[in-house]
Amino acid sequence: MATEKLALARALNESLRTALESDPKVLIMGEDVGKLGGVFRVTDGLQKDFGEDRVIDTPLAESGIVGTAIGLALRGYRPVVEIQFDGFVFPAYDQIVTQLAKMHARSLGTVKLPIVIRIPYGGGIGAVEHHSESPEALFAHVPGLKVVSPANAADGYWMLQQAIQSDDPVIFFEPKRRYWDKAEVDREAIPAPLHGAQVARAGTDLTLAAYGPMVKVCLAAADAAAEEGKSVEVLDLRSMSPVDFDAIQRSVERTRRLVVVHEAPVFLGTGAEIAARITERCFYHLEAPVLRVGGYHAPYPPARIEEEYLPGLDRVLDAVDRSLAF
Amino acid sequence: MTVESSAARGTRRGGTETGGDAGRTARAAESPKPAKRATAKAPAKTAAKAPARKAPAKRTPAKATKAAKTAKTAGQAGPAAPATPAEPQLVQLLTPEGKRVADAEYDPYVADITPEELRGLYRDMVLTRRFDAEATSLQRQGELGLWASLLGQEAAQIGSGRATREDDWVFPTYREHGVAWCRGVDPANLLGMFRGVNHGGWDPNSNHFQLYTIVIGSQTLHATGYAMGITKDGADSAVIAYFGDGASSQGDVNEAFTFSAVYNAPVVFFCQNNQWAISEPTEKQTRVPLYQRASGFGFPGVRVDGNDVLACLAVTKAALARARRGEGPTLVEAFTYRMGAHTTSDDPTRYRSDDERESWEARDPIQRLRAHLEAEGHADEAFFTALEEESETLGRRVREAVRAMPDPDPMAMFEHTYADGHALVDEERAEFAAYQASFEDADVTGKAN
Repeated sequence: MATEKLALARALNESLRTALESDPKVLIMGEDVGKLGGVFRVTDGLQKDFGEDRVIDTPLAESGIVGTAIGLALRGYRPVVEIQFDGFVFPAYDQIVTQLAKMHARSLGTVKLPIVIRIPYGGGIGAVEHHSESPEALFAHVPGLKVVSPANAADGYWMLQQAIQSDDPVIFFEPKRRYWDKAEVDREAIPAPLHGAQVARAGTDLTLAAYGPMVKVCLAAADAAAEEGKSVEVLDLRSMSPVDFDAIQRSVERTRRLVVVHEAPVFLGTGAEIAARITERCFYHLEAPVLRVGGYHAPYPPARIEEEYLPGLDRVLDAVDRSLAF
Repeated sequence: MTVESSAARGTRRGGTETGGDAGRTARAAESPKPAKRATAKAPAKTAAKAPARKAPAKRTPAKATKAAKTAKTAGQAGPAAPATPAEPQLVQLLTPEGKRVADAEYDPYVADITPEELRGLYRDMVLTRRFDAEATSLQRQGELGLWASLLGQEAAQIGSGRATREDDWVFPTYREHGVAWCRGVDPANLLGMFRGVNHGGWDPNSNHFQLYTIVIGSQTLHATGYAMGITKDGADSAVIAYFGDGASSQGDVNEAFTFSAVYNAPVVFFCQNNQWAISEPTEKQTRVPLYQRASGFGFPGVRVDGNDVLACLAVTKAALARARRGEGPTLVEAFTYRMGAHTTSDDPTRYRSDDERESWEARDPIQRLRAHLEAEGHADEAFFTALEEESETLGRRVREAVRAMPDPDPMAMFEHTYADGHALVDEERAEFAAYQASFEDADVTGKAN
């Protein structure tokens, strides 16, 4: 059967297995990715089947993981690195920004670094500090990096393989609170382009643009709005660098209203860039200013109040109402 | 300490702060005895004594005596410690006077070296110094924005560089001009980034010489990862990672030590301890001699006279051979001296003394080998004269190449940001091209503004 209902974590696991099988240069590196199978079990069983030489438990040093992955890539390998949690990536930030992102350009194209850095991100799982962050804008801002995030199991399966096949470094953000959500995965499908947005639900009155964990929230918001007679389109952006501005523009030229939703703080976030670009491109089509719904300019709060911080159904619908009332 | 350390041991403190003519004379009179190694095999002994030795060395003799009375630990070194600060031993095969001294462990690595090869090492060092001086001049003339001189470190770089095999890989900092020379990188290509026409003008794959790395220490992790890949491939190549005393404090270097030890990676960490990280002396980086750091990570470390090209060659060959045998990493600390400024933007007179520099000039790496070649009758005047001419030719060629180096096309800034392309880069490239073209139109029609 080409099609199977899989949870996102399992789809990612199958995707990694396929990549390891099809290319002997693919390596998996990270903390606890071996016997344990990763803290979210995304690499479950892979070391057993592919050996410690290809599924590598590393010392607990994120800069060392990414730095040695760069060296392995220079030798011709295609490392897939796991950073255990979003808040743990910053020890590696220097290697990612200063070395990984720039080396292809510095070498005038003679060096390629096909490295994927997988990062479980976002909140909503009641975790302790540093386990719920959404730092995607900090990477999307860096020339030389590509940044993507699947919202469901099918995209998880295909986008991860596409990221591994890319000759550019890709930061692959996995919405950790969606790891257990199941969806049909067709392993013989022809996947959509990695950096293209997808219409998750068609609508005519307003466009909700989101990615990763917020797509599900936006789909629920569209359902609720439909009950009130409002036709809301949901665009799954899938890629934060590059952003598929053409797809957003096409949608907004029809709906004339745009609300961007993400967990990350609104200030200087992905939504800010989209608002600016779409205002430039669609100024005469817009009936309302582009609105943003996201996290606040405060450290991610303790778990008992995280639902107030995270954009939920009501906050998205509030923004929909404000846009439509404009 | 009963064993005299060689003349190349640390004398910065001695030269500057314990100061005075008497101190300098005493050092100059020290006989450059063949030094014993202090490797990781016996770290405890030297490590335990290091702080006690170093502490009194920082004080004036009078203060040190006072300190010896009050500080219990100072008793280890004794009241005489400030005058003869005991430093760890270092591998030396040529004394500063050019006399070959025996070393049972490292002699085999240079036992078959021919007079021609010795002349080759001398030529490498002379040409590297000449090229380096030309680059400094070019910076003064405004042809380069900056230059990081390797003056004084020629032996460390040529010795280690010539120890590498063609299939080995080199991960340099931004000062490894001599190593680049050994790897066959055109000196003129090194100058592109200092002129500001590119960020590295050579293909790392051609010479197995990675691009210069400016953020210190980062490349030691790349070297380690590359070495891990060599092991996976079942090859017997090795990797050498260069860094300095300043970078030894970086987390990346310490993580590279950890990873290389854990995975037994075939990498040699070659630390040129040139005594200064811009204005900060080595004492601001470490409380133990740097090579001793290796033992804590589980691999050997060795200090070599960084101004002795023969010793650097032998020690690096030994470390690379060890890596090839699958025995893992080695830390080599080449004890040397940055005779010039950190870069052409630096002013070392603000933080160090002429005395110190003079004391190191007495141990000049090039003069040392020349003395040896002459004493052994391995080189005649015709050789030196011909080399002088070759030097000038190289200097001229580099000068002309740099002056002829064109600025890149502004459109080049968009090239190679990504290997597989990126929609935003495409969009901005088109915008910029249109903006540029708008000026051309204005010129053609005469309707500027």
